[in-house]
Amino acid sequence: MQIDYVALGPELLLTGVICAVLLIDLFLPPERKWLAMPAAFVGVLSTLGFVLFLAGEARSTLDGMFVVDPFSVLFKAVFCVATLIVFVISHDYLQEDDIHQGEYYTLMLCSLLGMLVIASSRDLIPIFVALELISVPAFVLAGLRKKDLKSNEAALKFFLFGVLSTAVMLYGMSLVYGITGTTNLTRIGLVLSAQPVFRSIAVLSVFFIIVGFGFKVSAFPFQWWVPDTYEGSPVPVAAFLSVASKTAGFVGLLQIMYIAFGGLADVWRPFIAIVAVLTMTFGNLVAMQQKHLIRLLAYSSIGQAGYILLPLGVASATDADLNQQAFVAAIVYLLIYAFMETGVFAVAIAAGRRGGGYLVDDYSGLATRSPGLALAMTIFLFSLAGVPPLAGWAAKLFVFLAVIKAGSVWLAVAMAVNTVIALYYYASVVKRMWIDKPATERPKVQIPALLGTAITLTAVIVVIVGIFPDLFGQLATLSTLF
Amino acid sequence: MDWVKEWGPTTAVFLPAVGAVILALLPKQQERAIKAAGVLISGAALLVGLAVLGVYRFGEAGMQLEKDVSWIPSIGARFHVGLDGIALPMFILSLLVTFLCMIYALWHIPDPGNPKLFIALCLLLETGMTGTFIALDLVLFFIFWELVLVPMYFLIGIWGGPRREYAAIKFFLYTLFGSVFMLLGFLALYFQSTPHTFDILVLQSEGVLDLPISTANLIFGGLFLGFAIKVPMWPFHTWLPDAHTEAPTIGSVLLAAILLKMGTYGFLRIAIPILPDAAQNYAPLIGLLAVIAIVYGALNCLAQTDLKRMIAFSSVGHMGFVMLGIATMTDVGFNAAVYGMVSHGVITGMLFFLAGSIHERYHTREIPELGGMSLKIPVLAGLLAYSAIASLGLPALAGFWGEVMALLSAYNPAAGLSQTTFRTFMVIGGIGTVLTAGYFLWMLQRVNLGRVPDKWKDRKFADVHPLELMAWAPLLALIFVLGVYPRLMFDVTNSTVLELAKPFLR
Repeated sequence: MQIDYVALGPELLLTGVICAVLLIDLFLPPERKWLAMPAAFVGVLSTLGFVLFLAGEARSTLDGMFVVDPFSVLFKAVFCVATLIVFVISHDYLQEDDIHQGEYYTLMLCSLLGMLVIASSRDLIPIFVALELISVPAFVLAGLRKKDLKSNEAALKFFLFGVLSTAVMLYGMSLVYGITGTTNLTRIGLVLSAQPVFRSIAVLSVFFIIVGFGFKVSAFPFQWWVPDTYEGSPVPVAAFLSVASKTAGFVGLLQIMYIAFGGLADVWRPFIAIVAVLTMTFGNLVAMQQKHLIRLLAYSSIGQAGYILLPLGVASATDADLNQQAFVAAIVYLLIYAFMETGVFAVAIAAGRRGGGYLVDDYSGLATRSPGLALAMTIFLFSLAGVPPLAGWAAKLFVFLAVIKAGSVWLAVAMAVNTVIALYYYASVVKRMWIDKPATERPKVQIPALLGTAITLTAVIVVIVGIFPDLFGQLATLSTLF
Repeated sequence: MDWVKEWGPTTAVFLPAVGAVILALLPKQQERAIKAAGVLISGAALLVGLAVLGVYRFGEAGMQLEKDVSWIPSIGARFHVGLDGIALPMFILSLLVTFLCMIYALWHIPDPGNPKLFIALCLLLETGMTGTFIALDLVLFFIFWELVLVPMYFLIGIWGGPRREYAAIKFFLYTLFGSVFMLLGFLALYFQSTPHTFDILVLQSEGVLDLPISTANLIFGGLFLGFAIKVPMWPFHTWLPDAHTEAPTIGSVLLAAILLKMGTYGFLRIAIPILPDAAQNYAPLIGLLAVIAIVYGALNCLAQTDLKRMIAFSSVGHMGFVMLGIATMTDVGFNAAVYGMVSHGVITGMLFFLAGSIHERYHTREIPELGGMSLKIPVLAGLLAYSAIASLGLPALAGFWGEVMALLSAYNPAAGLSQTTFRTFMVIGGIGTVLTAGYFLWMLQRVNLGRVPDKWKDRKFADVHPLELMAWAPLLALIFVLGVYPRLMFDVTNSTVLELAKPFLR
């Protein structure tokens, strides 16, 4: 069998980078350990270059298991960019918190490798392997603050939930293989639409697979690990989990649901729709009660997952036009979400440094201490809330478009009501920063240059994409799987 | 002048936003420079607006000074703006009132100061307001519509009164709630039209929108919720007294003079022309809510002791007259509505300025605690009397025409509407005018007349400051000019309004 090494290029390159970073770390004296970050950064940057080099190509190798198409290229680029931002916002945090830096970057690169693979996988086996490759390093990353009990709890909870849901998903995949005799997504799709004999088993396996991905994307009722894990993990890891890891889950889900199970859409559509509505409602309602900012963001990210899931809840077995619209909505949301979510975590890291604290109360009067940081935080929070003309609004617009196109008035209303609920808690943080006075006198916030750059960059992107949503809209339209 | 025709409205809209960004770069300590910059920027925008007025061809129906540029091709949303007889008055009024507010800000910015942020937010607000009145694309309209929320939230939240946090978030959530349903309505219009379009003008044209009436009613319901909350119509008005009472003076002025009109403007620009059949179905309901608002607002005013809260409730009533005019679906009613929007903007904006200035002097707005103001500060008291009398609808002042024509139009509503119902509305509205006169005169009696209470006897109050007078003079003049020469407005609006009323002539 001929293997297309160019198609596999980014992954191979990244594998080399992983080995190199691990080795470099071995030979660095403790005070120079931070050099792992620039090394990893350059590695990911060149991987990103390779990915972009493949843009516009259509390749398929390993018997159709692994493809290069606009969809995969787009998301590989997103994963690389998200990881780069997370690297940048990690740097100062790790130095101050005394976390093993070599391991940190190596593990994150491993997780990134899994993400690159999942974007290209059109077969159950590589999808599963990639998912594990994403998750297992993430378990360790969550527990990297070894001496902190909360971090231990974070890792353990994440691990147990993760393993359980993976097992369920694997069971579902094995059922699929049993009734179709293939693991290739396209062929599964063909067999399932041709043979209605095993429909009930097929439906069962779809549900099992949704459970597995539900855990990754933190959909209700598989989201229980999220708040504790985000709170206990090092904050940049929480950012990584909520952006890159979650997006990877969605990428896998989109591929399986549309390619393999597209013909069964009428069966799983209502299920996904209900899960989506419950997810956003749960996330938003519980977020209102939170006093710890990272927990608030965790619940908010659950709410956001509901919005991203909603377009799948209007999928159709026959209407390709509608599927296209829904798919574009999910992609646009994921792209925009990646920037506003990393941005909000970057601000949390900047404000939380040197005893700044992560409680919502700690943000009281931030606008007087550090107006720039407060402004950036306001932009990110209002973007997450969907206030125009910020990018998060455009994301919601695309979702609304898909839902209204499908004529699902109730789903649209559910999301509309959720948008209003969500504004309440986002605005409550904004209120702290601009309206409240701090309880105690606090020093001005010092923002390291790297962190400041990341915050400025993401904020500018959020504003510009909000005014010109087509920057992402066009990308998404070019990158659907249809 | 070609340039003004092409880019005039757009420039006037975005100039303040650009100015706000430039302002952010000025050092915070340069308070005088910042305030001056606010006046300059909003003044420049007003000048552009006046240039637009210069090239506008009065008396012609249809859109003028249009600009249509591609914006979000993947969903077919365009940057399409333009002005007609309904949009122009509101557009100019927004520019004027913001400019006057900036002059007023030279005199006074409430605690906790920070003029840089204050003025930047006002300028951002100006972009949102003016943009709403020229947008001809539903998505663009929505962006401008929502752009208003964030600055107003901060204006109330940071510079507001004691219950500012509650008022600010209530305003924000309430309005957002309405506007998400409005957005759903917009998207439904998009998908129901062939070819799919967000263009407000195209959606009005024959054959683009072929809806079963049940769908049209449903969509109109969504739009209604968004616009009615903004107006605000009874029973969606509860955010308004809180927001008005707590907001700083300039916030109240902008809220009353411009923001409320965005709701009524939405009915005239979008809901009625695009969905005329559904509008006709909703008209009796709108009329009913309007007259309830008139009477309810007036009764509430009688019960208020806070001057500012009283003016806020009077807005509910006055907007009721505007909505009553709209509900009749006649050219007279629509003319009355646009006229009422402008006159209410001028008069109530003025009243809020006065309430703010009285509060600055007395540090209270409780009507029973004030008294004998015409002995203490005669000029200010005189202005209050002038504006209050204008507001209660005395002939020869601006408030009169909007009210009387709204009532007049209810006597003879559009062909498809029940005459009996609307004549009943007219009678109830008429009773409302009496109550309105009652509470304003009673307020004047308690605030202006009588003896000076003991606690103020030995206090010295400064009468009207020159800067205050500068900010108010145009409004005071407009109240008079519009009152004695209403054709100034009707010449602008009538041709557009006749077009708007055409579908209801059958």
